[in-house]
Amino acid sequence: MSILINKDTTVIIQGITGREAVNLTREGLDYGTKIVGGVTPGRAGRDVYGVPVHDCVRDITAKQQVDGSIVTVPPRFTRDAVFEAIEAGVKLIVIVTERIPRGEVAQMVELARLRGARIIGPNCLGILSPDEAKMGGLGGPAVNVRRAFKKGPIGVMSRSGGMTTEIANTLSAAGLGQSTAVSIGGDAIIGSTYAELMPLFEADRETRAIVIYSEPGGRMEAELADWVRENKSRLPIVAFMAGRFMDEMPGMRFGHAGTIVEGKADTTADKIERMKAAGIAVAERIEDIPALVKERLRGH
Amino acid sequence: MRFYEYEAKALFARHGTPLPKGQVARTAAEAQKIAAGIGGPVVLKSQVLTGGRMKAGGVKFADAPADAEAAAKAILALEIKGQKPRGVLVEQRAPVAQEYFAAVTWDGRRKLPVLIFSDMGGIDIEEVAEKHPAHVARAHLSTILPWSAYRAKEAIVAVGVTGDDLNRLIPIVSTLVEVFLRYDLTLAEINPLGKLADGRFLVLDGHVDLEGDARDKHAKLLEELGIGKEETREARPPTAFEIKGAQVDASDHRGVAGNVREFDGDLGLVIGAGGGSLTLFDAIRKHGGRPANYCEIGGNPSVRKACDLTKLILSKPGVKKIAVMMNVVSNTRVDIVARGVIKGCVESGRDPAETIAIFRIPGAWEDDGFTILRKYGVEYCDRTVSMDEAAGRAVAKMARA
Repeated sequence: MSILINKDTTVIIQGITGREAVNLTREGLDYGTKIVGGVTPGRAGRDVYGVPVHDCVRDITAKQQVDGSIVTVPPRFTRDAVFEAIEAGVKLIVIVTERIPRGEVAQMVELARLRGARIIGPNCLGILSPDEAKMGGLGGPAVNVRRAFKKGPIGVMSRSGGMTTEIANTLSAAGLGQSTAVSIGGDAIIGSTYAELMPLFEADRETRAIVIYSEPGGRMEAELADWVRENKSRLPIVAFMAGRFMDEMPGMRFGHAGTIVEGKADTTADKIERMKAAGIAVAERIEDIPALVKERLRGH
Repeated sequence: MRFYEYEAKALFARHGTPLPKGQVARTAAEAQKIAAGIGGPVVLKSQVLTGGRMKAGGVKFADAPADAEAAAKAILALEIKGQKPRGVLVEQRAPVAQEYFAAVTWDGRRKLPVLIFSDMGGIDIEEVAEKHPAHVARAHLSTILPWSAYRAKEAIVAVGVTGDDLNRLIPIVSTLVEVFLRYDLTLAEINPLGKLADGRFLVLDGHVDLEGDARDKHAKLLEELGIGKEETREARPPTAFEIKGAQVDASDHRGVAGNVREFDGDLGLVIGAGGGSLTLFDAIRKHGGRPANYCEIGGNPSVRKACDLTKLILSKPGVKKIAVMMNVVSNTRVDIVARGVIKGCVESGRDPAETIAIFRIPGAWEDDGFTILRKYGVEYCDRTVSMDEAAGRAVAKMARA
């Protein structure tokens, strides 16, 4: 099983004729994702690797069920594209685009809430359910995806797209496959946080443990710690915290847009303390993650 | 990106928010002239992008223009937390009866902006919230429904304000929210918001942060406020090395070779991508290594870009070797990065085998990349060697160097 996407999920790509989107289309199709259409205004009638291009999302939704959309349009057009998808009834939207001001991200999130849609990202590499489907650039070309990602019981959530693949690869090498890996995005405000995705993993009977990748900045780890405590989660969680050097460098931005230490709650020390207090194991090195996961799986 | 107080106030003034009479001066003579124009007591404030000005001696009072000149001279010469002042703000000084607090910022958990209002201004709002919770009101704002002033009214009333004060405060607080939303700010704060003896309200100090990713969107405003495109407004100004790093990244639109940060060590780092760089930088330090820099490569940079970044890092005095490392890559071609860093070594007159302590980039086209690295005798490893182990090997080589 998996969360969010599987081999039956129908997907469209907004901005499909763009350079990056063309790659996403090919990679997705090669991996078996049901990409049923694409949108680029003014390009209706063309196709990208056999995927028909339309002017509007509704041109596709009028004729068939569309479960998800990958949005990869320039930052200044992203809000419009996301609003279009939500109002056309698409319930899962992966925003790949980065450098969107958070005021606009908040608008997308607020509309998604009103309409019962879910956003992953922005500034992310998307979702991947091994041997099922992928939405976004996660893992790269299908041949590379198959090397790093294997099907199995571990749910992965990561604020870094690249580290999602690194962690999946480490888990796979240790015989721990993944149910679904989600690159949740590196911005200060994102559509779905760890805590917001936990109920989905919780409901997926195949998922037996969670691995997260964290960074300085924001309150997402504190929110997860609270969620774990309040909901008595059945899933053991192992976290890796990068950017520990940033604790000594307040006000400096490294890595992703959301990665900055402005107050004590932003520091890795504070986050590690909160997570540990909630029973979340914190790995010192990526290669220590599999053993920590196995230890916890035995205990369950 | 943080605004200086005088810029924040200029932004508020454009929207009709009441401010004390005043102007920013770049020299003591200018300050004297401004003070003379105001006539009467003035306050002079150092324009730096940091708090704690009062404690550091960056705020002074003067009753006569001549005193203002002397005070401005002292302030302009005073560095605060390593920052030279941009200027000195000279403002009319009026007796304040009470200080209030108003701010709009982001609530990351709720993913919405939040208005915070208090009738106990001038002091740390966190402290007020803890000790006097009844004196702090919060209201979350919608980002899609239109803003309406009654929400400001409710927040002000919630801390017990009524009468004329309420009616004078509503437009000031409501405008603050409008400015926050309109210009993609991450913080718009008035503290203190002073009530004068005659009942009028004035913005005594203001703090504005504009989202970095919204700079282009508000280029016109920034230009009008005199904020230069080159100003990063970070915790510390960029070094010459960092500016050159940004130029390398901007020279070619393909991929990223950016976010170059200068450190004082001897091991140059060509690392990526966002999360991978954070992980690798920690690993190098944990093994006792001393990074010469931080950077992020990714998104498949061109050979030229990887080469120029390598050359820049090798040009830094004291850099003995470089470590080239990334997480398992999705869309970056390993062979292109390999070509770029080897070219960078050669063009710097260095032997790649000696200079590159380790190359650890697993992923697409890695076999081609490894073939090139073998040819030049560079030590490389695939995904069976962890990021931490690769970092450890690089540090061990430095010890032998």
